[in-house]
Parts: sequence; structure tokens; C-alpha cells
Amino acid sequence: MTTAVNPQYMWLTFAVFAAIISLTMFITYRAAKRTKTTADFYAAGGGMSGLQNGWAIAGDYLSAASFLGIAGLISLYGYDGFMYSVGWLVAYITVLLVIAEPCRNIGKYTMADILAFRNNPKTVRTFMALSTITVSTFYLTAQMVGGGVLVKTLIGIDYEISVIVVGVLMLTYVVFGGMVATSYVQIVKAILLVIASLVMVALVWSQYGFSLPGFLGAAVNDPNIQARVASMLGDAGKNLSATELGQRFLEPGLLFKNPIDQISLGMALVLGTAGLPHILMRFFTVPTAQAARKSVIWAMAIIGGFYVLTLFLGLGAAMKVGPINITLIDKGGNMAAPLLAQYLGGGASSMLGNLMLAFVAAVAFATIVAVVAGLVLAAASAMSHDLWVGVVKGDKATSDEEVRAARICSVIVGILAIVIGILAQGQNVAHLVALAFAVAASANLPVVLLTLYWKRCNTGGVVAGLIVGTIAAIGLVLVSPNMTYPKALKAAAQKVVDAGPTKIAKLQEEVASTAQDPAAKAKAEKALDATRKEVAANEATLKKYANEDTSLVGLEKPLFDLRNPGIISIPLGFIAVFLGSLLYRDRRAEDMWDELYVRSNTGLGRAAISH
Amino acid sequence: MVASTLNWSAIDSDPRFKELHRRKTRFLWSLMAFSIVFYFALPIGAAYLTDLFKVKVWGVINLGLVFALLEFVVAWAIAFVYARKANAFDAMAEEINRDAHSIGVRR
Repeated sequence: MTTAVNPQYMWLTFAVFAAIISLTMFITYRAAKRTKTTADFYAAGGGMSGLQNGWAIAGDYLSAASFLGIAGLISLYGYDGFMYSVGWLVAYITVLLVIAEPCRNIGKYTMADILAFRNNPKTVRTFMALSTITVSTFYLTAQMVGGGVLVKTLIGIDYEISVIVVGVLMLTYVVFGGMVATSYVQIVKAILLVIASLVMVALVWSQYGFSLPGFLGAAVNDPNIQARVASMLGDAGKNLSATELGQRFLEPGLLFKNPIDQISLGMALVLGTAGLPHILMRFFTVPTAQAARKSVIWAMAIIGGFYVLTLFLGLGAAMKVGPINITLIDKGGNMAAPLLAQYLGGGASSMLGNLMLAFVAAVAFATIVAVVAGLVLAAASAMSHDLWVGVVKGDKATSDEEVRAARICSVIVGILAIVIGILAQGQNVAHLVALAFAVAASANLPVVLLTLYWKRCNTGGVVAGLIVGTIAAIGLVLVSPNMTYPKALKAAAQKVVDAGPTKIAKLQEEVASTAQDPAAKAKAEKALDATRKEVAANEATLKKYANEDTSLVGLEKPLFDLRNPGIISIPLGFIAVFLGSLLYRDRRAEDMWDELYVRSNTGLGRAAISH
Repeated sequence: MVASTLNWSAIDSDPRFKELHRRKTRFLWSLMAFSIVFYFALPIGAAYLTDLFKVKVWGVINLGLVFALLEFVVAWAIAFVYARKANAFDAMAEEINRDAHSIGVRR
């Protein structure tokens, strides 16, 4: 298969990977010495500064999906890709204004701590831990599969081996260094990511004298981009001039066709980020609400700045590498940024080009490992702190016992992640990140928000909200167009296969008739080759689904045309919390309200972090 | 500070806490509402006001691009405004915290 890295320079890639991995191992070694108590393991002893935590949040959040994915979407779809990135930043306004500080004041190590403050501790810990594990597993699966595919595409290592390497590295950070190592790995990786992006943007933008209209004007006049728009618009673009086609790349509508779906995704992002356990957990690593606030502001500066850079990376890749070459290596466009790095360093046959590619690839790899480490830590903490110590042991465990339990849980979750990663090979997992956000927005956020801000909220509401929100989000996805519908797939494949022979014959004729013109002949031969491959791929699809007609839940076609469930499942989650609370009597939840509200607003009586 | 000795309901009904609560609630939720409206204006505008988004304002740069970039600027501005305002809330909370032990103590 084609790898992005030139085989001649594979050693260089391994050297850069080894350097970055060694750096993280050194961090873990140092961190392991500092990780003794539960507070160290779950919350880095509460000793991170606002600035450090801000970088760590950025490191946690800028997953491969947003680093490689958004640059790729911009390189293939222009404006819509950039618009997509906005929601990921705006999400932090919710975190900043209503979640970060109260959570720092009320919680200790996990999301369930916040709920257990005024609700029935055992009940809410059980349900919240299950929800944490669910959300983290969805997110984790997408990262593991993405990581395996990425490493395979970049350097050709087998999928299974890459998944195992990611898993083992991540487990080393988490088990030995806990939150301390995880945080510093995230900080280092975020800094490397920003440096790599800044260098690339400087190199590509400097060619246009750092002028914004100059850069975008070049994009509009770029033949690669114009050809891409022409192929996407088809007949609709026939009457447009070349410049008009290029301009179309900077206008909305090339990727998103269904505005309701867009709004639904936006809701899941804006409300879901504040309900992601691995993000929320980061606020327990700082000592005060003020530091929590500072960390969100730093994170917003870093994350937002990074997304602005992706506009240049994406458009730069579209111009310099070209959408056709990008999709040739990866259909989703994930290789746009790495290929741009290779080009900027001097191209596929140069040493500097491959060094830059190797650096970006190694950063992307470190990104996956760091994000997975944060997710595993969140899921393992829910298992050990909430389920094992909180529910099973009735809060009676020494610090040593709990740290040991947390390490064992990390190993369990880590091995599970590796197994799921291998089993999910070849599955379409891109929608799993969106699903994680949808569950977080529909179940986790309503219960945390209303526990913090609504006096009448109680255990009944929390349980109802978590169950209804989770089931609604997952259920709606199961009947949505995200699933695989063999019947529709086969019909589409059959069409291509049926049209194949005529198309191939026509192209063969073209190859024969253009014998005098080498350029035209090469083009026709390329098209012929692509058509043959396309037909073969569709024949494979027909064979693969020969005995299947329905989706996982037995449907022939989606029940409705909505990929993102948020617009329905988020209101359902909130309604469930309201109804559950009103129908259930819980004296403790009411009695504790004054204390919770005063604490969350003043920071009074915040659990002192002990060493 | 031993939290269990505090009289939480008395602090909750202390006029200074009530004032902090009133100002914070009004400020935070109105800022939140504004940010949500402003954010969703982008995908809604891109879908239904496409012709407006296509209007070129500076070279090839159109209103849609300006609006998308403005989303970043406004998000940062909200963070900045909140950070400034939060210092005032901190000062109010600090004052309550200093007196916390004497609020509502039955003599």
C-alpha cells in the first residue's frame, strides 16, 4: 500500500518517534515518583497552575480528529470545514461560565463527586460511573481505530501492532504516573502541536507576504481547488468560470446539506464538552476556582488560535498538495496536514520534507496516546473511586488501597481499549466521537447543571436524566443514517458495477484514440485505472453484504435523516431530570442545597488537598 | 477552616450572598444566552442566508468568512469580559468567606 512517508526515509521517522516517546517516558518516570496518594493519582495533587492546566486541556481536546480531521475537512470542503471548527471553541464558553468553577468548588476527583454531594451517593455514583465509562469508551474507540489507521497510513506498520503500541504506551503513562504524567504528556504534546502548526503556517503563508487577501486570493485562483469544486458541484458548476469555482470554495454549502443536522451537532458540541468526564476531571487538578477559570481562558486562547491556524493548513494543503493527492492516501482528508509538512520541507523525495512529515506524524501519534491516556484515566477513576470505593466499599478505603484499585482499573480499561480497538478495525467509527458528545450533552450535562443550579433537583431526577439522555442519544443514532444499511449500499454498488463495462470500454477507446498526445493518454489511462478500481471495490461491497439486508437493529433504511441526535436527545435529557426530580421526594437533596450553593459560589470549605 | 461548623442556610440568606447570587446569575446567564444566539447564527446564516454570506467585502474575503472569524474574536471577548467581571465576584465572595464563621451563629 501507499504510505505517506517515503520508504527511503523510514529510519528518520522512527528516530523522531523514538525521541518523542523517550521524552514522554522521562516525564512518566519523574511523575511516578510524585504519585503516591489518591489526590496525586486522580488529580495531580491539585498542584497544577492555571496556565499548565490550560495547556493540558488543549492537549486533551485537540485530538487527532480535530488536528488532522479539521485541517482535512478544510482542504477538501473549504468554508464548511472552517465553520465546523467554530463549535469546538464556542463549547468552552459553557465550560467557562457555568461549569468549571462550581465543579472545582464542589468536586474532588470525579464527575460523580459533584452529584454525590447532595443526592444519594451510592445511587448517583453507580449511574454516573456507568455513563462516564460509556462516554469514554465511545470516544476511546474512535481514537484507537483512528490511531491504528493513522500509523498504518503514515509508516505502514500493521494496524494491530499500532493499536497495541498506543495501548501499552498510554497504560505506562497512566498506571505509573497517574494524572501527573498524563497532564505533562498532554502539555508537551500540545506545545509540540502548536509549534509544528506555527512553523507550517509561517512557511506556507510567507509565500503570500503574510497577506490574508493575498493568501485567500491565491486559493481562489488555484487550479487544484477549482478542479475540486468542479467535481463536487457536477452539473451545477458547468456554467461557472474558473475564478467563480475557486470562490465557491470560500462559500458555505459544499459539505453540509442539512442545516438541522448542523444545529443538532452544534448543540451537542456546545453542551457536550462541558459534560465530558475527561475534560471535567481536569478542573480537579488546580487548587482554586480562580485557577480553574484561568485554565479555561488559556485553553480557549490555545484551542481557538489553533483552529485559526488550521484554516491556513487546510487551504495550504489544498493548494500545495491538492485535494486529489490528499484523498488518494486517505479518503477523509486526514493526511492533509502531514502531506503539507512534507511538501513544505521540500517534497516527498527530500530529506527535510520527510523530517517534517515525520515530526508532524510523531506529534499526531503523541496526540492519540495522550488523549487516550486522559480517557482511560477518566473511565478508570469512575470504576475505582465511584464504583469500587464509593459503592462497594462504602467509602472505606485507605489511600494506598484506592491507588492500587485505580491502577488495576486502569489496566482493565486499557486492555479493554486495545481489544475494542482491534475488534473495531475497518468499522466506520467517525461518528462515535459525535455520539460521545451527544451522550455527554444529553445525560451528563443536564444532571450536573441542574444539580448545581436547581434547588428541586434530586436523586430521582439525576437517575432519570442519565438513563433517558443516554438511551435517547444512542437509540437515535442506531436508527440514523450513521449506521450501515446493506440494502441501500448494495443498490448503489450494483449501479456502479452495471455501468462499469460501458464506462471501461469508453475509456479504453479514449486511450487508443489519444495515442499521439502523451498527456491526454496518461490522463485517460489514469481514469481507466480509477474506474477499474472503483468497480472492483463495489463488487467487493456486493460480496461483503451478500447475505445481509438490514442494519444492526434490523432496519432497511434509516427512520429519519438526522445524523446528530442532540436536537432531540438533549431536550429529552433535561425533561427527564425535571420530571424525575418533581416525582421523587429526597429530603437530603433539599437539605444540602444551601450548603452546595454557598460552596459552589464562594469556594468555602473546599476539600483541602492532602499529600 | 472546618466546614461543618458553618451555618450554611444563614450564609445563604445573608444579604451579601444574596447580592452576589443576584449579580452573578444575571451576568452569567445573559452572557451565556448571548453566546449561544451568536454561535447558532453562523450555521443558520450559512444555511438560509447563503447569498448574504457570499457578498465580498475585502478582495476575495466574503461576509461568511468575516463572520466565522468574528466567532473566534467574540468567543475570546466573552472570556475576557467574564475574567474581568469575575474579579469583582471574587472580592465579594472573599468578604463573605472572611466573616463566614460569624454569620448565623446563635449567641
